Amino acid sequence: MSIKDILSPFSGWKKVFDEPVVVKDPVNDRPGAPRYRGFHRNDIATCIGCGTCETICENEAIDLVPVQGIETRDGDSGLRPRVDYGRCCWCALCVDVCTTGSLTLSNAYIWVDEDPGVYRFTPGVDDMPWQREEKGWKKPEGNYEFYSLKREPMEHLRPEERNDSFAEMVRGFSKEQAMREADRCVECGICVATCPAHMGIPEYIRAVRDDDMERGLKILYDTNPLPEICGRICTHKCETVCSIGHRGEPVSIRWLKRYIADQNPSEKYKQILETGVLDKNGKKVAIIGSGPAGLSAAHYLSLMGYECTIYEKLPKTGGMMRFGIPEYRLPYDQIDKDIDYILSLGVHIIYNTTVGKDITLDQLKRDYDAVFAATGLHQGRSTRIEGTDHRHVYQATDLLRKVTLGEEIHVGRRIVVIGGGNVAMDITRTLARLQRLKYGEVRIITTSLETEDAMPADSEEVVGSREEGATVIPGWAPRKIDIAEDEIKGLHVVQCLSLFDEKGAFNPQCNFDNHRFFEGDMIVESIGQGMDLVYLTEGIKEHLEMTPRGRIRVDDYFQSSIPWLFFGGDIIQGPDVIHGIANGHKAARGIDRFLSGTADKQQTT
Amino acid sequence: MIDPVQKIFRFQPDRSLYPETGADGKPVIRLDSGKFIKVWQGPNHPGVTGNMSLELTISGDEVVESKTHVGYLHRGFEKLFERRRYIQCFPTCIRMCVPEPDTNEYNLARGTEELAGIEVPETANWLRMLALEMARLQVLLRMVPGQAATMGLGLGAQWGMYFRELILDRFEELTGGRIYHMYILPGGVRGMMPDGFRERLGENLKKIDGFIKDIDKLIFHNAVFRKRTIGIGHIPADWVDHYGITGPVARAAGFKRDVRKDYPYLYYHQINFDYNIEHDSDVFARFLVRRKDLETTVDILRQIMAKMPEKGIIRAETPNVLHWRIPKGETYVRCESSRGEYGFYMVSDGSMYPRRINLRGPSYTHAVSVLERLLVNANISDISSIMVSLATCPPEIER
Repeated sequence: MSIKDILSPFSGWKKVFDEPVVVKDPVNDRPGAPRYRGFHRNDIATCIGCGTCETICENEAIDLVPVQGIETRDGDSGLRPRVDYGRCCWCALCVDVCTTGSLTLSNAYIWVDEDPGVYRFTPGVDDMPWQREEKGWKKPEGNYEFYSLKREPMEHLRPEERNDSFAEMVRGFSKEQAMREADRCVECGICVATCPAHMGIPEYIRAVRDDDMERGLKILYDTNPLPEICGRICTHKCETVCSIGHRGEPVSIRWLKRYIADQNPSEKYKQILETGVLDKNGKKVAIIGSGPAGLSAAHYLSLMGYECTIYEKLPKTGGMMRFGIPEYRLPYDQIDKDIDYILSLGVHIIYNTTVGKDITLDQLKRDYDAVFAATGLHQGRSTRIEGTDHRHVYQATDLLRKVTLGEEIHVGRRIVVIGGGNVAMDITRTLARLQRLKYGEVRIITTSLETEDAMPADSEEVVGSREEGATVIPGWAPRKIDIAEDEIKGLHVVQCLSLFDEKGAFNPQCNFDNHRFFEGDMIVESIGQGMDLVYLTEGIKEHLEMTPRGRIRVDDYFQSSIPWLFFGGDIIQGPDVIHGIANGHKAARGIDRFLSGTADKQQTT
Repeated sequence: MIDPVQKIFRFQPDRSLYPETGADGKPVIRLDSGKFIKVWQGPNHPGVTGNMSLELTISGDEVVESKTHVGYLHRGFEKLFERRRYIQCFPTCIRMCVPEPDTNEYNLARGTEELAGIEVPETANWLRMLALEMARLQVLLRMVPGQAATMGLGLGAQWGMYFRELILDRFEELTGGRIYHMYILPGGVRGMMPDGFRERLGENLKKIDGFIKDIDKLIFHNAVFRKRTIGIGHIPADWVDHYGITGPVARAAGFKRDVRKDYPYLYYHQINFDYNIEHDSDVFARFLVRRKDLETTVDILRQIMAKMPEKGIIRAETPNVLHWRIPKGETYVRCESSRGEYGFYMVSDGSMYPRRINLRGPSYTHAVSVLERLLVNANISDISSIMVSLATCPPEIER
C-alpha cells in the first residue's frame, strides 16, 4: 500500500462534471428495440383461432375466447387468444409457434392503469395503441420453424409406369414417412370441425406418432367405417382448412388415414374393434343402396343391434365408390377390405335387386321397421347441345360403370371429354389408358367451362391427366357437335367468360367471336349427375315434403316427413363420400331414436 | 519505519478473549452467558445477495457461528420441468439464475440437443457464444465494483450499472429482452445480429475499457478497499476440492479451473485466452481474478465479433416442438458461468417431458457449506464482503 492508494480514489470526483447518462423521459425518449418483446398484437382477420399459442404457453396466460363479430366457420374456430399479463412472461413462444403468423409482439413496454382487470385483454379486438405499431417481435426469419411446413412427399407410379395399367398410382407412406408427416400436426383440431364425419383427426395422427395402429383403427371406426376407401379418395376438406396450410403445406391427413388402415390386416379387425359378438335387439332395417351412406348406416346400426339388409341394384357393393372411381385411384381389393368387414357384422345384402322394380318400397315397409334410402346420383346429365343424341356421345358415369363391370366399351381414336370435375378427369384418364392399350397412343381433349384455377377437379388429377397424355383445355363452352355422314367430326366450342351472374346463379357468359373446334369421333359428357327416385310410389310422394329446390326434406337425423323413411347420401347432400359416411352415421342414430323411442341417448357409436 | 497508511489502519481488536474453546476444540457457545447474540442477517437485508438468510451467533463484533437458511425463493422449477414439454422448460429455466440467465438457456438447449442428437448450425453456435459472453460481461460489470459497494463505496457500482445497461441495450437489440433474454433455445438461437450491431457493441466495449481503468483507480488502488479485503475470507487450497469450489473462487486459490478451457464447448477452443490465476485466495484475490475476467471477457467478445460469420442458419431443423419426444438417456452438460461451473444433469425417459433436470450450480456449495465455515471468526462488517466475493446467488441455490 502506498500514498497513491489514498489519493487515487479521489479521481472519482472528476465524473461530477460528466453529462448524466440517465434517460430523462423514458416514455417518449426510449422506445423498445425493433425486436423487443412487448405487448401482444393480433391480426384477427388472419388468425383462425387454432389455439396453438394456448397450447405452447407454459404459464397458461393465453385463453381462446369467443369474440363478438367473428363467426365460427370452416377453418376458423371463431375464438381468439386472450392474454393475461398477470401470467405472461413475454417469451414470445406463442408468436414463434403461430400457425398463421397473425400473432406478434409490439415493442411497447409501458402500460399503466389503475384497473387491474384491463391487463387481461384480447389483442386485435380490444383496441390498444400498439396494435398499429410496426416494430416488435415477429417470428424470426430464415430456417426457424417449430414444425415442418413441408409435406412428406408421397410416392406415385411414374407416368410411364402407370399410363397403360390400372395399378394403384399412390404407393402410400412407409412407417418413417408416416411418422415424419404425423409429427407436423399441431393438434389444433380445426380439421375436426370441418370434416363432415367429425373424425378424431388429431387423435389418430397421434396414434401414428405413437406407432399404435390398433388404437388408430379404433379411432377411425368411431366415425368412419370405410377408412381404406376414405384414405384414398376422400375429398379431404380437413386438409383445405389445416392450420399448417396457412404458411406451408397442409398435413397429409388423408394419406395418414390410409396408412393406419393399411397397417391393420383385415382378419384382425374384429378383435381390434371388439365386434366379435354383437347383441341383437330384434329390429330390422332395410337400406337401399350399398354406397358410402348405406354402408355407414348398416355398420353403425349393426353395432347397435339392428338387423340390416341392403338392397343393391348392381351385382357388387360400393355404389359410386366402386363404379364411379377408377381402379387406379381406388383398387377393388381395398373396397372389399372395408366392405367385407361391415358385411361380416351380420349385414345381409341382396344384389341385382332394384327397389321400385324387383321389390316395392311398400313391401319394404311391411317387412322392416325402418327404411334408409341412399340411392345416390347415378344418372349422368347432358349438355343437351346439338348432336348429343348421337350413338357415340356417352355419359361418363355409364362408361365408368361398364369398365368396372368388365363390359366392352367403345373407345374412339380421338375423344373429346366435356367437364372439369373429378369425374371428368377419371373418365379422361380411364379412356387414355384404354386408348393406349388399343391404339398405342392417346388423343383425348378434355375441356371445361371453368378456367384452370376455377376447375372443380383436384389439381393433381389435372396434372396426372396431362402426364398420361391427355390434353386439358379449360375455359371453353361446348356449342355444337359436328356430325357428318353419321360420324362425329368434333366439338365446336366458344370461349367462356364467366359462369355465374351477379346474383350468383349459374349463367355462363361466352365470347362467341372466340371460337375453336376440337376434332374427335367420340364425345363423353361429364357435367354432373342427377338422382333417380322412381322407387318412390305415388302414395309415398304424396306425403313426402320437398324443399323449394326440389330435394327431399329431411331433419337433422335424415328422417323424412314419413317417419319410417330416412334419406341420406348424395341425394341429400350432393356427391361426396365423406358426407355420405357422415349422413349414414347420423341416420343410424336417427333410426335408433325413432325405433327405440328415445331422444338422442348418449351413444358411443 | 512504519508505512503511514499502515499506521492509520493499525488497530487490531483483541479477539482472543471470546469465545472460550472447549475440550473438543470448538467454541463454547452458551447464549445464557450473555456473551453471545443471535442475529439474523436477511432474508431482506442490503448486505445479503438476494433472498437468503444468515443465522449468526456473534460475540462482540465477531462471528462465532453462521448458518445459512434458504427457502425464501423456492419455486420448484425442477419439479415443474417434469410437467412441461422441453420447449416450455426454456422460458422457465432462465429464472433459476436471474443475473445470468443465459447459462440456463444454453445448458437446457445443449442437453436437449445431446439427448436428441441434433447438430446445431455454426452461426447459431457463434451467436450462443456471443450471448454467453455478453451475459458474463454484464454480470462482471455489476459484480466487480459491487464488491466495493458492500463496504459502502457505492460509486463504482453505480458506474458499473450504466455500463451494464449498455450491454443490456445490446441484448435488447439481439434478443428482444433485457434481463430474460430467452435467446438460446433447443436447436439454435432466435435471431441473427441486427444491422450495425457489431459497431455498436464495439463502441460499448471501448467505453468499458475506460471504465475498467476508472474502477482501478477508484477501487483497486484504494487503501480502504485493500485494507478490508486483503487477508479477509481466506479459503485454504485444500478446501477447493473438498467442497467442490469452482470458477473465480477456485482460480483465486491458484487452481486452473475454467470449463471453457478444461472441457471446451461451442468454439472456445478457437478463442485465445488464458486462466486468470491468483494465489492469495482472499477477498482481494477473488476480485482481482474477476477484474481480470472482465478484461478477458471484453477481449473474447472482440475475438468472437472478428471470427463470427456474417450470415447463416440460426436454427437446426427439429421435430415439432409441441410433441418432441427426446430419446431415452441421460447427460450432464456444463458451461462456465461468471460464478463457476454451471451444469445441468438431464434425464429423459423417452417421453415429451423431461424425467429430471437437475441443476449443479456453484452457489449451492459457495453459499451454504463454504460460507458457513468461512464466516467463523470474521468481523460482522466483513460478512457482506465475503459473501459477495463468493458470488452467491440464492435463486440458483433453491430453484
